Amino acid sequence: MFDDLRDLYQEVIFDHNRNPRNFHVMEAADRKVEGFNPLCGDRLTLFLKMDGDKIIDASFQGSGCAISTASVSLMTEIVKGKTEAEAEALFTQFHEMTTGKEEEINLEAIGKLAVLAGVREYPARVKCATLAWHTLDAALKNEQDSISTE
Amino acid sequence: MTDFPVEKIRADFPILQEKIRNKPLVYLDNAASCQKPQQVIDSIVHLYSHEYANVHRGVHTLSVKATDRYEGAREKVQQFINAQSTKEIIFVRGATEAINLIAQTFAKENIKAGDEILITAMEHHSNIVPWQMLCEQTGAVLKVAPINLQGELIYAEFENLLTDKTKLVSVVHMSNALGTVNPVEKIIAAAKAKKIPVLLDGAQAIPHMSVDVQALGCDFYVFSGHKLYAPSGIGVLYGKQALLEAMPPYQGGGDMIRKVTFEETEYNSLPYKFEAGTPNIADVVGLGAAIDYLNTIGMERIAAYEAELLDYATEKAKQIQGLRIIGEAGAKGAILSFVLDKIHPHDIGTMLDSLGIAIRAGHHCAMPVMDFFEVPATARASFAMYNTKEEVDILMAGIADLIEIFG
Ligand SMILES: Cc1ncc(COP(=O)(O)O)c(C=O)c1O
Repeated sequence: MFDDLRDLYQEVIFDHNRNPRNFHVMEAADRKVEGFNPLCGDRLTLFLKMDGDKIIDASFQGSGCAISTASVSLMTEIVKGKTEAEAEALFTQFHEMTTGKEEEINLEAIGKLAVLAGVREYPARVKCATLAWHTLDAALKNEQDSISTE
Repeated sequence: MTDFPVEKIRADFPILQEKIRNKPLVYLDNAASCQKPQQVIDSIVHLYSHEYANVHRGVHTLSVKATDRYEGAREKVQQFINAQSTKEIIFVRGATEAINLIAQTFAKENIKAGDEILITAMEHHSNIVPWQMLCEQTGAVLKVAPINLQGELIYAEFENLLTDKTKLVSVVHMSNALGTVNPVEKIIAAAKAKKIPVLLDGAQAIPHMSVDVQALGCDFYVFSGHKLYAPSGIGVLYGKQALLEAMPPYQGGGDMIRKVTFEETEYNSLPYKFEAGTPNIADVVGLGAAIDYLNTIGMERIAAYEAELLDYATEKAKQIQGLRIIGEAGAKGAILSFVLDKIHPHDIGTMLDSLGIAIRAGHHCAMPVMDFFEVPATARASFAMYNTKEEVDILMAGIADLIEIFG
């Protein structure tokens, strides 16, 4: 049952969906950006605490599918302590992984995020996984306070 | 249920033999678009293979044949919805285009600043946005009659909103997000008493029940072919002849004119006044074939069969812990919208897809309905005449399994 889906819904994803990490409002956030995927109604708010160009804390609020919840939960873990440039580089890697350029992925850098590689087989779900990162990208560029994947 | 020839019907739909992810297809996304019987597919192949040319233009044999097929389909539509005349049947791209046409011709001509257009809270975006655009252009005001937690129109509120300012009522016959069938007879009677024209969005109703526009007494009725076992890209605008006669044309071009000089143009008579340019000839023919097909079964029988199927599915769904049905109107068509505790509809959609089951997960082009029920989206199983109780069982087993996996 659901054997075909094991690549997409790995246990780590269920775990982060059940118990999302860094799932809280950050009162003293330096950056706060909302991400919205109008296609599925996924909505999240990302909070960052910065020290110069370094992300020292990240948290989120919102509701979404298991893929998007796990993706943002994992992201908030991995970007803590990274500089803006390092986070942007991760975003690029993540984007390539989820849109199918697997060979080029630096597995070491991407670490745990590799559990989301399975979405590339599900084009309808890629946006669920990338919403978190587009939101982070907007937060780092300090562009707007709300972004949409459509 | 036993005398409904569902196996025979299924055999006419080649796509139902497809395997999806190595499982037999269970197609339950009929409200988005339904599948086509071989008869419809063949009608198009036959037209292009033997009888195709442009319509209304040539004296040559093929053009006459194609015109006969095209106009023959118009007669089929007229009879199918019991319009008084073929002049009242305008071919358009679909329900969306039909509503936009009415907004930009009839409504634009008759509605001014301060006037009101009345819709309901369960409309598809296609029966919201064209009116918002019109309101922007004219200064008219869009009024929305509320629904209750069962997903039914609160009729008393609707009646209160029906005032001297109301210049048009536009309501969905059957809701795509909830399955609710609106009390359109009552709505039309109340509007008529105040001489307010009524448009019914029949996009969902048309494949599920027999529709008689004269008995209903609505002024406009719109639907799309692709939800009626016919091709996509073709739809119907029915309008009462007197109203259509008085309306300005929608688009200008060939076919919709009688005489053109650079000084002035005389418009063609109905229905051609509203059919500018070369129409979607093949898909009109396909729509005619779909109607022929449905007539061999009968809409009353289809409605009875689907009602049993929905009852069965609803009963099964209610036995699943953590499942909440969205839309429990007393009068309902064969649509089961639901949410599961802590499992997002998109995850439901992907999981069921891996079992070969196609459902819709999303807002169903009815974001205000999602907001009302405070859900970001729902999962929706929508049934057609070719679905079976066995397929309902497969769906329900799939839902039970995925609940277990999500734990
Ligand atoms: C109730 C309702 N109205 C209108 C439409 C629009 O139909 P179409 O997209 O074919 O123009 C739909 C289609 O989803 C619908 O369900």
